[in-house]
Amino acid sequence: MATNGVTPVLEARGLVKRYGQVTALDGADFELLPGEVLAVIGDNGAGKSTLIKALSGAIQPDAGELLMEGQPVRFANPLDARRHGIETVYQDLAVAPALDIAENLYLGREILRPGILGSVFRMLDRKRMVAEAADHMQNLKIGIQSMRQPVETLSGGQRQGVAVARSAAFATRVIIMDEPTAALGVKESHMVLDLIREVRDRGLPVILISHNMPQVFEVADRVHIQRLGRRVAVVNPREFSASDAVAIMTGAMAGEKVSDAA
Amino acid sequence: MSSVVTTEQPGGRPKTAGRSFVASSGMLSTLGPLAALILACVFFSLKSDRFFTGSNFSLIFQQTMVVGVEAIGQTLIILTAGIDLSNGAIMALSGILMSRLAVNNGVNPFLAILLGFLLAAAFGLLNGVLVTSIRLPPFIVTLGTLNIAFALTHIYSQEQTVTNVPGALTWLGNTFDVGQTAITYGTVLMLVLYAFTWYMLSQTKTGRHIYAIGNNPEAVRLAGIKTDRLLLIVYTAAGLFYGIAALLLVARTSVGDPNAGQTDNLDSITAVVLGGTSLFGGRGLIIGTLIGALIVGVFRNGLQLIGVSSIYQVLITGILVILAVAVDQVVRRRSR
Ligand SMILES: Nc1ncnc2c1ncn2[C@@H]1O[C@H](COP(=O)(O)OP(=O)(O)OP(=O)(O)O)[C@@H](O)[C@H]1O
Ligand SMILES: [Mg+2]
Repeated sequence: MATNGVTPVLEARGLVKRYGQVTALDGADFELLPGEVLAVIGDNGAGKSTLIKALSGAIQPDAGELLMEGQPVRFANPLDARRHGIETVYQDLAVAPALDIAENLYLGREILRPGILGSVFRMLDRKRMVAEAADHMQNLKIGIQSMRQPVETLSGGQRQGVAVARSAAFATRVIIMDEPTAALGVKESHMVLDLIREVRDRGLPVILISHNMPQVFEVADRVHIQRLGRRVAVVNPREFSASDAVAIMTGAMAGEKVSDAA
Repeated sequence: MSSVVTTEQPGGRPKTAGRSFVASSGMLSTLGPLAALILACVFFSLKSDRFFTGSNFSLIFQQTMVVGVEAIGQTLIILTAGIDLSNGAIMALSGILMSRLAVNNGVNPFLAILLGFLLAAAFGLLNGVLVTSIRLPPFIVTLGTLNIAFALTHIYSQEQTVTNVPGALTWLGNTFDVGQTAITYGTVLMLVLYAFTWYMLSQTKTGRHIYAIGNNPEAVRLAGIKTDRLLLIVYTAAGLFYGIAALLLVARTSVGDPNAGQTDNLDSITAVVLGGTSLFGGRGLIIGTLIGALIVGVFRNGLQLIGVSSIYQVLITGILVILAVAVDQVVRRRSR
């Protein structure tokens, strides 16, 4: 195996997911190692998003198993996965544009005031949420003046920063990002790639789905190549070129031949 | 593995905590309505010396309180990106139920009031269930329940207005004096309900989730919040506000009227929109709705004082609504 005896943080074996006649996942395997950025690439319809949804609890596979640090787990919904320390940055970001940055960071995990104000009057601790939001953003070196700014006033890259900061603030095991740079310009894409490295260097493994080969090869430690609903290879981006990866992705080169190389 | 982090951020620690929440975009949206309200007051004060008096303002509040309280429920629903056409009909049904139970059936008036509240809340819940479980658009659901509540009101009341309602149902119409001005308890209740709703919307989790669901329901779901449950709470609470509005109407008019509230759905939507709340959901402040309701009240009252016939009041209200919605559209487009 490509894992060299290290227990994967998150592992999937033989995942199957069918939608009517379509088989989105056809016995897909998956391994995420501690502290790595793992890119997941594949053609349109290869099953990347479906794989990621299974890993984040957004869908339930028809067959196959999930393991976290070697232990079998089952996610009935996204909240379940979150309780296991897996946070996902969705492609459409899933932010509430009219709410401010702090509110978005703490959406669904709001902090109440201590004492009777919180327990009886259910009062939010805005000060603390704002202060902690500022800390989280600061840790990731995202420069935003005010945590009270509505998210809709931010640029695309800054919004992405908020979504990443939210995941990084609460993830304890894994961060998943689905096409985080798809809607961004060059400069903002770089900001997000820096964020990904920043998160990785703080010890959290990152799963990155992307169609952008140069970005994948710039930031990933390993590349998982998905084709027709299954993993066909895992390659080391320092030993394989982007064109090799694309050849495997499209079936022009056999994946099995190289899958041990990483 | 060397990663050179080159984010554009020389400024050090972001300044944050000091920024007042009030200064954020929300409050700006009520400055326009507030200016309109003040301008209207100035205008009518110049036109009629009977306008700017304590007793006239007390009257405006009394004329505003029923729609004002219905508009609270309407605001909650519109914030979730819904709309409620059934509120006036639910209020009429609830008012007829409490007054008839108390007068015709000799039910203890407090129990009658409670049953009226429960019926209104149940209708709100019904709206919520239809919206969440069958996923019908709120516009269609509440158009249906509008007709159901309207028909039930007329069947149950046999088209009879209920008179001689007991004191418990009219108590909110009583007054106390502040200086020279008599103020009804109903007006105070309305203001208390607004204060309560302000607190709930701005200071609690549930309130912020209501905004978020109007902004991006999928984000709320993915954040692990039970969106259907939240919507059920909103629609049921709105129903309860319509029940309270029913009691206010009975108190104000001293009768149970099966024909009450027939334009209240549009009047309450007018108040919400004039108050700067977006019909697309997720944006707006409850204080804006109070201002919006008062704008409508001031126009009605002022135009009447200067002798403009009531059909022009309707005309002007219509123009105001379209203006307010147009402003909302433009603002929204710019923020895209
Ligand atoms: N909810 C669904 N209902 C029906 N079919 C689906 C559904 N979700 C995915 N599929 C199908 O499953 C297959 C895999 O889809 P998936 O979205 O996982 O691909 P992908 O690798 O993410 O593609 P892309 O690069 O275009 O995002 C596709 O054929 C798709 O049409
Ligand atoms: Mg996809």
